[in-house]
Amino acid sequence: MLRDSWNRPWKMVGSEHYPSGNPRWLLAELTYACPLQCPYCSNPIDYAKHSDELSTEDWRRVFSEAREMGAVQLGFSGGEPLVRKDLAALVRHARKLGYYTNLITSGYGLNEARILELKDAGLDHIQISIQAPEKTLNNYIAGTDSFEHKKEVAHWVKKHGYPMVLCVVIHRRNIHLMRDILEMAVELEADYLELANTQYYGWAHLNRDQLLPTRAQFEEAEAIANEYKEKLKGRMKIYYVVPDYYENRPKACMNGWGTTFLTIAPDGLALPCHEARMLPGLDCPNVRDMSVRDIWLNSEAFNRFRGYGWMKEPCRSCPEKAKDYGGCRCQAYLLTGDMNATDPVCSLAPDRQTVQDAIGNAASASAEVKPLVFRNSRNSKALSG
Amino acid sequence: MALNPESRFTFSPLHRLQWEEAQQKYVILYPEGLVELNVPAAEILKLCDGTRNLETIVEELEQKFETSGIRDDVAGLLESALENGWIRALP
Repeated sequence: MLRDSWNRPWKMVGSEHYPSGNPRWLLAELTYACPLQCPYCSNPIDYAKHSDELSTEDWRRVFSEAREMGAVQLGFSGGEPLVRKDLAALVRHARKLGYYTNLITSGYGLNEARILELKDAGLDHIQISIQAPEKTLNNYIAGTDSFEHKKEVAHWVKKHGYPMVLCVVIHRRNIHLMRDILEMAVELEADYLELANTQYYGWAHLNRDQLLPTRAQFEEAEAIANEYKEKLKGRMKIYYVVPDYYENRPKACMNGWGTTFLTIAPDGLALPCHEARMLPGLDCPNVRDMSVRDIWLNSEAFNRFRGYGWMKEPCRSCPEKAKDYGGCRCQAYLLTGDMNATDPVCSLAPDRQTVQDAIGNAASASAEVKPLVFRNSRNSKALSG
Repeated sequence: MALNPESRFTFSPLHRLQWEEAQQKYVILYPEGLVELNVPAAEILKLCDGTRNLETIVEELEQKFETSGIRDDVAGLLESALENGWIRALP
């Protein structure tokens, strides 16, 4: 599973000052282990190399330290967080500290007893990912026979009084089913539906030619989503995560580097965004060696792209830099090889052509026959040497 | 949306109203989201416990803050809170 919702609610009002603040959102990637094999997973391609997971005690300490700094939203993610046997204990600790606790799961392996156990521990919300609104495609994308079970889990989530968030990652294999996806969410009585257009990092970047829809497909799907947004007002909140390859301006990634979000990877690496492990020479700190406070305030990695001093033109003199902070550093690196470049999604970016090329490649006939590379340990090892 | 004067208001079970020490303000928490509240909004929402209607909320706040004429402001906040799903109206 993996969804991207970072551009969402707490957008701060733009000003010339770079926003400074303590972490509000802590994403705890408890493990890279996952029974699913989604080919758009945002975990790093070499995840199989990072198998030294933090202990229960490490996580407890991290939660306490981040909470002291003011973090209030805590996402339990992965991989599949249900794989961790200490999940309920971690939820209990987090809830006691005052976090709003979000379980971000494939639902696979969740049974009613475990839902009750988590409820008792104080879990606030469960987000379930479904890969497609019909069985064959869902199971193909997930690489696992999971469709019926996921729907059952969705019913239990409702039954036990959780707000139910359904997440569907959108790409070329399922975008034509937008109406069915929305109807499925209605049938499952979701309180929130996240329609997350694939963001092209990690495994999604590897499979981009096979996953990136055309502009016409995007526009049609977005129109349908907007129609339902209107129709379901007051019943279901629909978040539509925009596909940034078809935008003219980049997203304000992570609400600004080192302003709001803190991700801790399974091996304890502290990241300003969950993709930042890939950035060469960033040298992210590890919670095994440093306190959260020290990491947030003093580490080089978290200070690297704070403010505007690092920017090149056209960002440096652009009046919109305080709105989008130059876009996404990981996307700049993936598309141009330079993490200091303007995000090529921007129509003013010198490397805008790389986005056009990606769109062109995905639309070419050869993309149709290229097989998807599924996210699993065998492929991870083969691809990372 | 006109408020029914008989309705009592209760906080939504899908949201949480919480004091944040680090920010020195009340916030509303919900799946992956957060709304920061100013003082008047927090004072109004804290009274949405299922026992009070518009009239009693206004009276209590007017007493507490030794003021008057806040009815329209309270009603406006309650309306937008209803629209956002933060509170529910009990018949």
